Amino acid sequence: MAGEPIDDAIAALSNLLKEKAELGTVAAAKIKQLTAELEAAGSSPFNPDERIRTGFDHFKKEKFEKNPDLYGNLAGGQSPKFMVFACSDSRVCPSHVLDFQPGEAFVVRNIANMVPPYEKTKYAGTGAAIEYAVLHLKVENIVVIGHSRCGGIKGLMSIPDDGTTASDFIEQWVQICNPARSKVKGGAGDSSFPDQCTTCEKEAVNVSLGNLLTYPFVREAVVSKKLALKGAHYDFVNGSFDLWDLDFKVTPSVSLV
Amino acid sequence: MVGSLVHWDTSWRTVLPTNSSSVVSSRTRPCPKFMNWARIDGCHAAASFKEKQPENKGIDVGNMAEAGGNHDLFGLMKQRFLTFKNHTYMKELEHFQALSKAQYPKFMVIACADSRVCPSNILGFQPGEAFMIRNIANLVPLMKNGPSECNAALEFAVTTLEVENILVIGHSSCAGIENLMKIQDVESRSFIHKWVTNGNVAKLRTKAATAHLSFSQQCRFCEKESINQSLLNMLSYPWIEDKVRRGLLSLHGGYYNFSSCTFEKWTLDFNGCTVNEENNSYVIKEEEFWS
Repeated sequence: MAGEPIDDAIAALSNLLKEKAELGTVAAAKIKQLTAELEAAGSSPFNPDERIRTGFDHFKKEKFEKNPDLYGNLAGGQSPKFMVFACSDSRVCPSHVLDFQPGEAFVVRNIANMVPPYEKTKYAGTGAAIEYAVLHLKVENIVVIGHSRCGGIKGLMSIPDDGTTASDFIEQWVQICNPARSKVKGGAGDSSFPDQCTTCEKEAVNVSLGNLLTYPFVREAVVSKKLALKGAHYDFVNGSFDLWDLDFKVTPSVSLV
Repeated sequence: MVGSLVHWDTSWRTVLPTNSSSVVSSRTRPCPKFMNWARIDGCHAAASFKEKQPENKGIDVGNMAEAGGNHDLFGLMKQRFLTFKNHTYMKELEHFQALSKAQYPKFMVIACADSRVCPSNILGFQPGEAFMIRNIANLVPLMKNGPSECNAALEFAVTTLEVENILVIGHSSCAGIENLMKIQDVESRSFIHKWVTNGNVAKLRTKAATAHLSFSQQCRFCEKESINQSLLNMLSYPWIEDKVRRGLLSLHGGYYNFSSCTFEKWTLDFNGCTVNEENNSYVIKEEEFWS
C-alpha cells in the first residue's frame, strides 16, 4: 500500500525535523490530525446530508417535542433580550459558549465579530441588523464577543505597514478595526506576535463598541438607559471568558455663569 | 471606557471536583495541563470565589428574561459559560485542545440572525463543525454589489478553510423577507430596506409566480426563493464558481419551518444553472423533507 510518494514525503519530513527539532511537536499534532481524518474517511466518507439530518432529528426529538410551550410561544414571535456579535469561527458559537437557548439572542456573525461605523452606502447588513434589533426587537443588551486565535485579527495584524493587501475582501473588512491594530503596534514593546494578537482581539472589541455608538438609534437608547453595550473575550485555549461594560453617559449640564 | 472587568477562569477551578473521575473520565492519558494548573492555583481561587457548582440547567428562558440589573446579568452569563465549560468543554477537553490549534469545518452555514433559528440548535452543529455567517434574512449579495459583511467571510471559508459545503438556511416567518415583500417604493429609507433589497430578484420571481396567493403564502414562497437566489449569487464569486465546477464545493439550501418543526434540504445542480447579466436560472437536486 505504501508507494514511493509517501516514502518521499516521510523522508523529507524526517530530514526537516533533523535540522529543526523544535518543529517536532507541531509535526506530531498535524500527523495525528491527518491520521484521524484518513481513518474517518476510510471508514465512511463524510456525508453532509446525513450529518444535518441526524442533527435535525436530534433537535426535534430532544428539544422541540420536549418543550412544546417554549416552541409554541416562539412560533408566534421573538423577544430576545440580547443582540450578540460573534465571530464566524466554527469554534465560538454563542449557543454553545453562553448556552443561549432559542429565543434569547439575536445573533450576527461575521469575520472577527466586527461592527463597522455608521455608513449609509456600504455594510448595510450590519446597519440593518442593529436597526432591527434596537428599534423593532428592542433588545436590552448588545454584546460583542471576541475570541482567542482569531484568524481575522491575525490577518489584521499581519497586514504590512505599507498597506498592501493580498485578498479580495478579507483585509478590507478587517481594517474596520485598524485603530486597534495601531494601538497595539504602538504599545507593543517586546511582546510576541501571538500576545499582540490577543491584545488586539480585545482592543478590536472596544473599537466595535465605539462604532456601535455612531448609530444614532444606539446612542439614544444607551443614553436613555434602555440599552447596555458589553464587550467580551472567549479564550478557548485556557477555557476562560472575560466580560466588560462600555460606560457611556451624558451627565446633566452645569451652568458656568 | 472599560469598566467592571469580570474574568472567569478562576471560578471554574473551584467547581471542578479534583478527586472525581468524571471529568477525566474515559481519557486514557495523563492528567492534562489544565488540571495541574487548577490544582496549583486552586487554593487562590477558592478564596476569591465561593460559588456553588451550577446545577444541571434545563431550558429556562425565564432566567435571562427576568434578570434585572447588571449584576444579575453578569451572574447569569457566568452561570451559562460555566455550564458550557463543565458540561461540554471539560468533558471533551482533548477535542477542544485540538480545536484550539486549528479549525477544519466541513460546512459554511449562512443563516438568519433570528434568535429562534441558530443552526447549532436546530441542526446540532458542534464546535468545529460549521463556519457561520448570520445576517438579516440569510442573504448573500452579488459580488458586484461591492464590499459586504458576507464577502470577507465567504472568501475566508472557501479559499483559506476550504470548506466542502455551503448551506444557506432560511426559515418561516422571516421578518426580513416580509419587509422585502412589503417595500413599495424603490427608495431605500432605512438600513433594513437597503439590505433586504439584495433579495429583490427573489421578490420579483415570487410576485410573478404567486400573485394569486395570500400575502403570507407569498412570503413563504419568497423565503425559499431567496435561498436559491443567494446560492446563485455565490456563483458570481469566481473562486466559488471554480470550486463548484470542479466538484470541490457543493452549495445547498435548507428551509426550517419552526411552526411545524420540519426541515427541507436541497442541493444546487451546478450543471443546470445559468448565471449571467440578462438572466439567471437554477436547477436543484437531492431534495429531502424531514418531519
